[in-house]
Amino acid sequence: MTERGATVLYDVPGPRTRLRNNVLTLAFGVVLLLVAYFVWTKFDEKGQWKGELWEPFLRADTWTELILPGLLNTLTAAALAAVLALLFGAVFGIARLSDHRWVRIPAAVVVEAFRAVPVLMLIFFAQYGGSLAGLVVTEFAAVVFGLTVYNGSVLAEIVRAGILAVPRGQAEAGSAIGLRKNQVMRLILLPQAVTAMMPAIVSQLVVLLKDTALGFVVAYADLLNAGARVVPANYANLIPSVIVIAVVYIAINLALGYLATWLERRSRRSRKVSADPAAAEMAGGEVPLVR
Amino acid sequence: MEAVVDELPVILGAFWLTVKLTVVSGVISLVWGIVLAAMRVSPLPVLRGAGALYVNVLRNTPLTLIIVFCGLGLGTVMNVQFSRDDLSLNSFWLSIIGLSAYTSAFVCEVVRSGINTVPLGQAEAARAIGLTFLQTLRLVILPQAVRTVIAPLGSLLNALVKNTTVAAAIGVMEAALRMKNLFDAHGDAIIPIFLGFAAGFVVLTLPLNLLSGRLARRLAVVR
Repeated sequence: MTERGATVLYDVPGPRTRLRNNVLTLAFGVVLLLVAYFVWTKFDEKGQWKGELWEPFLRADTWTELILPGLLNTLTAAALAAVLALLFGAVFGIARLSDHRWVRIPAAVVVEAFRAVPVLMLIFFAQYGGSLAGLVVTEFAAVVFGLTVYNGSVLAEIVRAGILAVPRGQAEAGSAIGLRKNQVMRLILLPQAVTAMMPAIVSQLVVLLKDTALGFVVAYADLLNAGARVVPANYANLIPSVIVIAVVYIAINLALGYLATWLERRSRRSRKVSADPAAAEMAGGEVPLVR
Repeated sequence: MEAVVDELPVILGAFWLTVKLTVVSGVISLVWGIVLAAMRVSPLPVLRGAGALYVNVLRNTPLTLIIVFCGLGLGTVMNVQFSRDDLSLNSFWLSIIGLSAYTSAFVCEVVRSGINTVPLGQAEAARAIGLTFLQTLRLVILPQAVRTVIAPLGSLLNALVKNTTVAAAIGVMEAALRMKNLFDAHGDAIIPIFLGFAAGFVVLTLPLNLLSGRLARRLAVVR
């Protein structure tokens, strides 16, 4: 990685390699263009690029009346499920670390069981199981239930790993100054664990957002439903419509992904800033801090 | 409980379909994912760009959307057919396309992270004895890279087992959709049926975790 254009796997190209690379670039470029052309003509044969199939997306009412309500439903379900899943994850992640066997074991069973069951099955179960108990379970409630318990269980494992990764001395120091167990957890371990686990938590929230699309199967009126049922029902343009909503999903998820990277960079910087003066003070600026 | 016993052949049939979906799309994703990883580390910017575009698009699109695109878009609108008379076979292969297209993007990223763990000296040594880029990758880097990422590949496979249920979106009668149909047929036995299907998934995923953990330890490259 020292010089421009070189990586671990190959040297800086010399004149002959450069020539060969240029020829190969041209060859692969042509192959990729041929693949793209093939796909394009196949769709063209079925008339998928015809203007009238795409024209609806240039009109404001398609967006305000058909697509954006779906997007709003997707975001509502994702936001509520995210909050509940974070709560679920915090509670069960901490419960799995309890000193009491009767708390630890049931929590472990719940987390492991919900992690093994597909989200779609949990959604079906919420619908049918809820009506069995005499409850009216809307599609929204079923989707939120499935997403909450599944992603909550995954988040519980993330939280548990995060807490276990905090150096032992932190908890010991907390106990030494007379904090109770729950104070040590709440004031010392959890804040550090959550900071360290932020990127993992955000990527799990991306998974959660993508999984709201499962609502399509139970006819929840989400973004995918708008793009694969509502808009095509009006304009008979399934493929253009699915492509447009895919772009919306990708844009939102990429934005969340950038948020995760930014959070990671920020937390790394702040840890460095907060650790270094303390290290210098304690060690007289000579012995490096071992973490 | 009776309902579960009575319907056992049906339930086992549904799980057999789940297993077939997992195995076929698992193999395709592994091969295609490794090819994508090779593209993403290649010296040619065209291939790197194409690989990166593929991975970023597929990873950020919901699997349900991809499966719906394959089933309704490719299947119904584009008339892509794998079997003229067997509709369920047709949707089976269309969902294989969707599952493999999606999973391979994740395999690519896992393998690429494995390539990063191979020490610099290995590639330098390979180049020093005159191996080309493809030889370096095939003979020296990838065997070590894949062995270091067996555990994450195992969790991808585990996720794939659960993701096959999404094929229900285009009517493939795998475990989840079969469970829903049994709910409709046996309204009084919802909880036993659910527990039965949940146990089925535990039975499928638990050995996978143990096996990938054991393989990862046995095949680990000692450094």
